[in-house]
Amino acid sequence: MPRKMPETPLLDQLESGPWPSFVSGLKRLAQAEDKPYADYMKSLLGQLEHSYQTRKGYWKGGTVGVFGYGAGIIPRFSEVADKFPESSEFHTIRIMPAPGMHYTTELLRQMCDIWERHGSGLVAFHGQSGDIMFQGCTTEKVQPAWDEFNALGFDMGGAGAGVRTSVSCVGAARCEQSCYDEARAMRSVLNNFLDDIHRPSLPYKMKFKFAGCANDCANATQRADFAVIGTWKGDMQVDQAEVVNFVKKVGRKGMIDQVIRLCPTNALSLNDDDTLDVDNKSCVRCMHCLNVMTKALTPGTERGICILAGGKRTLKIGDLLGTVIVPFMKMESDEDYEALVDLCQRMLDFFAENALEHERLGEMIDRIGLVAFLEGLELDLDPNMVSHPRTNPYVRMDGWDEEVRKWQSRKAEAAE
Amino acid sequence: MTQLRRPDECGVPDPMQYMHPVLKKNYGKWKYHDRPRPGVLHHVALSGDEVWTVKAGTQRQMDIFTIRKLADIADQFAEGFIRFTVRSNVEFMVSSAAKVQPLLDKLAAEGFPVGGTGNSVTMISHTQGWLHCDIPGTDASGVVKSLMDDLHAEFVREEMPNRVKITTSCCEINCGGQGDIAINIQHTKPPIINHDLVAGTCERPAVVSRCPVAAIRPALVNGKPSLEVDEKKCVCCGACFPPCPPMQINDPVHTKIAIWVGGKHSSTRSKPMLHKLVAAGIPNNPPRWPEASAIVRTILRAYKEDARAWERMGEWVERIGWPRFFELTGLPFTKYHVDDWRGSRGSLNASAQVRI
Repeated sequence: MPRKMPETPLLDQLESGPWPSFVSGLKRLAQAEDKPYADYMKSLLGQLEHSYQTRKGYWKGGTVGVFGYGAGIIPRFSEVADKFPESSEFHTIRIMPAPGMHYTTELLRQMCDIWERHGSGLVAFHGQSGDIMFQGCTTEKVQPAWDEFNALGFDMGGAGAGVRTSVSCVGAARCEQSCYDEARAMRSVLNNFLDDIHRPSLPYKMKFKFAGCANDCANATQRADFAVIGTWKGDMQVDQAEVVNFVKKVGRKGMIDQVIRLCPTNALSLNDDDTLDVDNKSCVRCMHCLNVMTKALTPGTERGICILAGGKRTLKIGDLLGTVIVPFMKMESDEDYEALVDLCQRMLDFFAENALEHERLGEMIDRIGLVAFLEGLELDLDPNMVSHPRTNPYVRMDGWDEEVRKWQSRKAEAAE
Repeated sequence: MTQLRRPDECGVPDPMQYMHPVLKKNYGKWKYHDRPRPGVLHHVALSGDEVWTVKAGTQRQMDIFTIRKLADIADQFAEGFIRFTVRSNVEFMVSSAAKVQPLLDKLAAEGFPVGGTGNSVTMISHTQGWLHCDIPGTDASGVVKSLMDDLHAEFVREEMPNRVKITTSCCEINCGGQGDIAINIQHTKPPIINHDLVAGTCERPAVVSRCPVAAIRPALVNGKPSLEVDEKKCVCCGACFPPCPPMQINDPVHTKIAIWVGGKHSSTRSKPMLHKLVAAGIPNNPPRWPEASAIVRTILRAYKEDARAWERMGEWVERIGWPRFFELTGLPFTKYHVDDWRGSRGSLNASAQVRI
């Protein structure tokens, strides 16, 4: 006999209001009596209502996987299976989407069909790590569901102490502010680390994220151990006729208040003829004026990336924002993308060898010092890496002359 | 037993095969964009090609009926392609301006709010909560649904000084990330330990080393190996709970909500910022979390009225100062707002610049 719909007085209150309701969706699945997941989802709704009533969660982890991989399934076993037996196993399968999260309707339907056959019918587009989260699968069905997703051309995402699934912004696909091919960079880097995604054995998790410019629509700066942010070298491109049009539209005061005055380094000035005077040497590529004047201003022509390392949340030493380890790296030719992959490989090897257990990259850098990290990766020191030089004199400096020689020889090389 | 299938370790797929043809054709060759109305972006390529994107909110935790409905809408009104943003908004792309209005009408008829562009309050970034997480203090889906119902008008309009990115997190790990406003679980009591289960469930040295304040030590309780917590040291962070579920940190009453403001990832204008505590002790009150929602609305009202164009939440507060922030919002300033963690001295006012 089919299970009855559970009473859900608290969840029911989340069905009203103008925003789409996940509760209505859960109920729809639970009431699809001709589908294999109807009773499964009735039971799940019962457990969720129980959580709302008692204000506690009732899932515990465990060990569930697929043949050949050591991660990617998030196992969930119910602690209240006696009350809600059908949904006692409710695992998630993490699947990596294409960069930019593009889908054809055909692909979405194929994914739905697979999940209708093997899972709960519940999917999150997307989890905070960037995965498609196929939520709700019994232990027995995990392997057949995975086999079908894999046959569709999709691979399992990361979990645990390994390289995690990555995210990029929409980037070059639909944005004039994109400074490199985000999708290519993401695929080049991630697909080089498939073993570290699928068989995690690092000290702790490692997240890469890719944003096309300093607007950081991929939320990379704090949320990635290794944030790749698009930028450019040299002058930004200015269409002065469009600047004049913009000033006509918003007025001089509008131009001054919204553009000139908000430049963080005072690199902008309005000329008497309403064209723009740009001090490109002072510009920090923050993107503000380009965001406001999308027709008039575009990034410069020599484009590439800036790399920030070490972003993470509080546990254990406190919040860390990523800091600059590479101020600029050109990202145009095949060799440029290979150089990025090579750098990521050196970074991951260094992290694997030097981080303590459960230590994130930023914490490791904090412990050993930025200079030791740069030397380990053979990266050149640059004043862009600091807000300001040290303020305290307690450091042994008898290697000074040697360091000056290094700096000068690098300057000489760059001048050639 | 049948032979198990070896995985095809195919990695991150190529996006080109799933990309709208206008996007594919003009990949890396875009000229500019503008926003004809809230929820609609218009991009122009160097080739002269144009594409209109309509952005709509979703519930993120979607049933396949909803996903198929989005696919139907895309097939009938949007040339068969969809993409999602990192904040779980759905985007439909069309290659002519004439196709925008029918798509807007269809989305309205099907109950998908169109907005989230420019200076709006966009979709709240979202964690799993009671629905699926193993350590949640609350249910992010419910918090987000309640807040987005309240903030619907700010999603569909572009009336904020700049974009507002709100995040939710069901524990202090903060999977929701930094936000202009972050609504996060804050535990207020040390864990209650189930000593019968510790020895059989937890790798005790790993739990001891996980504690950020060295408050956990191995102990023999009722003759069994277990752990004990120095409650004077404990900061109630819950970090011991994931590796050791018998360290019960979640509590129906003492697990509270705290609200933080001013987080920002972008390097635009100001450098990236971490969000700062503004309110705590807020009850974790399903199914609609009215107390948390009221504080969020208060903060948004003050920001909307007082901030200048293009100022993000954190930039606004930096200009007006924290005394004025607490004055405008009416929120109390307590000893808990003063940081005492590593590096906290940098958050003190080392100057004679005061606002009186």
